[in-house]
Amino acid sequence: VDPEILQWLRKEMGDCLLATVRTMPAMPVPQSSYEAGRNQYYSTRILKEMLKEVPDDGFKLLGITDKDLCIPILTYVFGEAQLGGTAAIVSLARLRQEFYGVAQDRPLLLTRLRKEALHELGHTFGLIHCTSRECVMYLSNTVVNVDSKGRNFCRHCQLMVSSKTGAGRGQ
Amino acid sequence: MTMEKSVNIMVVDDEEIVRSSLTSWLEEDGYNVEAVESGKKALERLPAKNWDLMLVDLKMPGMDGLQLMEEVRKTHPDMLIIIMTAYATVDTAVKAMKQGAYDYFVKPFNPDDISLTIRKIVDHHKLVQENLYLRKELKKQYKLRDMISKNEKMIEIFDLARTVAKSNSTVLIQGESGTGKELLARAIHDESPRMDAPFISVSCVSLTESLLESELFGHEKGAFTGANSIKRGKLELAQDGTLFLDEIGDISLKLQMDLLRVLEQREFRRVGGSDLIPITSRILAATNRDLKSAIEEGRFRADLYYRLNVISIHIPPLREKREDIPLLVDHFIEKFNIEMGKEIRGVSEEAMKIMIDNDWPGNARELRNVIERAMVVAKGNIITETDISLPSAARGANHRTKSLEEVEKEHIRVVLNENQWNIVRSAQTLEIDRVTLYNKIKKFDLKKEGVTPK
Repeated sequence: VDPEILQWLRKEMGDCLLATVRTMPAMPVPQSSYEAGRNQYYSTRILKEMLKEVPDDGFKLLGITDKDLCIPILTYVFGEAQLGGTAAIVSLARLRQEFYGVAQDRPLLLTRLRKEALHELGHTFGLIHCTSRECVMYLSNTVVNVDSKGRNFCRHCQLMVSSKTGAGRGQ
Repeated sequence: MTMEKSVNIMVVDDEEIVRSSLTSWLEEDGYNVEAVESGKKALERLPAKNWDLMLVDLKMPGMDGLQLMEEVRKTHPDMLIIIMTAYATVDTAVKAMKQGAYDYFVKPFNPDDISLTIRKIVDHHKLVQENLYLRKELKKQYKLRDMISKNEKMIEIFDLARTVAKSNSTVLIQGESGTGKELLARAIHDESPRMDAPFISVSCVSLTESLLESELFGHEKGAFTGANSIKRGKLELAQDGTLFLDEIGDISLKLQMDLLRVLEQREFRRVGGSDLIPITSRILAATNRDLKSAIEEGRFRADLYYRLNVISIHIPPLREKREDIPLLVDHFIEKFNIEMGKEIRGVSEEAMKIMIDNDWPGNARELRNVIERAMVVAKGNIITETDISLPSAARGANHRTKSLEEVEKEHIRVVLNENQWNIVRSAQTLEIDRVTLYNKIKKFDLKKEGVTPK
């Protein structure tokens, strides 16, 4: 994944969660997660592999990939997280305008990535989907939904996250 | 703000990977999800919770999805079931939908489709819950035709009225004026098998003895001066229906005797007539008087009382069921909005407080009149306290029916108590001499009560 994007995201996440964020060396996408018939990667399997890489001082681990993700029952996912767990993953594939046959739009991609990264990390803090459209935890299965929802946590979800970030260091 | 946590979803699929991925995905949405691997297990888990939705795989070893759906329907006919299948065949889809599946999804699902569908189901679930809640709320206020109440005694009365409506027994309805005795009588009629026959009401208080007689029994031509033609009485008019004798406590002893005879023999003659006419109507009677003391005083025949009082219903006065006041206020506003073509939306808090605190000697009828007047004078679409016109507060202090003597006695008693029965001081306050005060005490049979602290 483009290191510039990762660097930008590292700063954004640090500011959002008031935590120290480190970028880890790139990890190969595990071959076991590849779904040949669909040319997609099974995100739950990737999460399992990622868990093995969590450093001792790490609190949460967010993976970013260019690969298109899915779970067996769904045609695609933008990302996946362990609800109340450690690891989360976000795919850039379907956040790119090019995927829908439209001209590339980098600022829009970054905005989407920021939202989805926060969303999946929110799940690792135990948050479930929020009913507020202003909240980044609002359910979004399409880029239209991603674009229309808010950039940050609503007050309630923010409180939930804050109550847990006080204890740990971001990774 | 999180989604409703009370939505229970059961996933039934023989593939572990489907169960786990669907469960974790649905849990992110805040649903309570339980996944089982077979139809048999699903049926076992069915009674454990109030399931809102089942996601059922079509092809499973043993019991398949359609068979499971059939089984579930036997005990849970309203269960919402979504059939999932890896093989999209129109035949099975049609079959599933025909058997009452809510929807049909081909694996893998488009995440947006499935979340929209479940969202729809959850909204539906919320509406159902809300509907149940509202129905329960509605049930708290009971209605009997035009009568409305949440008072326990009244609800018992409504039940009793519905029961007696099916019989032919005479009913005596007692209660202060304005409590709705005639409304109850009409309700009994409307609930009875006689509902299509006439309901005839006679107010016994408003007519002289001879007029009432001809009003009730009718008269032949020439029966008396002015009887130029045959007139059929109310007893005749109420044929097969209900005759309601209001203010029965006010009729003369002679008429009481006539009425008793008629009730016993179930037939009567028109005034001046000779033919016996059978009574086919049901008799309901009402009074605001205390008939028992009227019997003691010889003003009412005991035998007529027992003839009428087969079933006795006593309607409590409004001041004993104040919880009904807001209900009645709304009821009357609604009624007059229609009649007057107005759009009054309600009553201000202060106005409602005044009405709830009032004693309503004229009961619901008085309340109705006050609302009617308030709706005429109200400037906006809310009735405010200035629109409420109640007779002066003194009226509430029970001075209405008292004679001068009663007021005098009460006043002397109050003054004596205030002065701890010191005769000199009490006499001074009353500006009468001691002897007069002694005489009054004797005359009114006043006695020293427990010490009243000053």
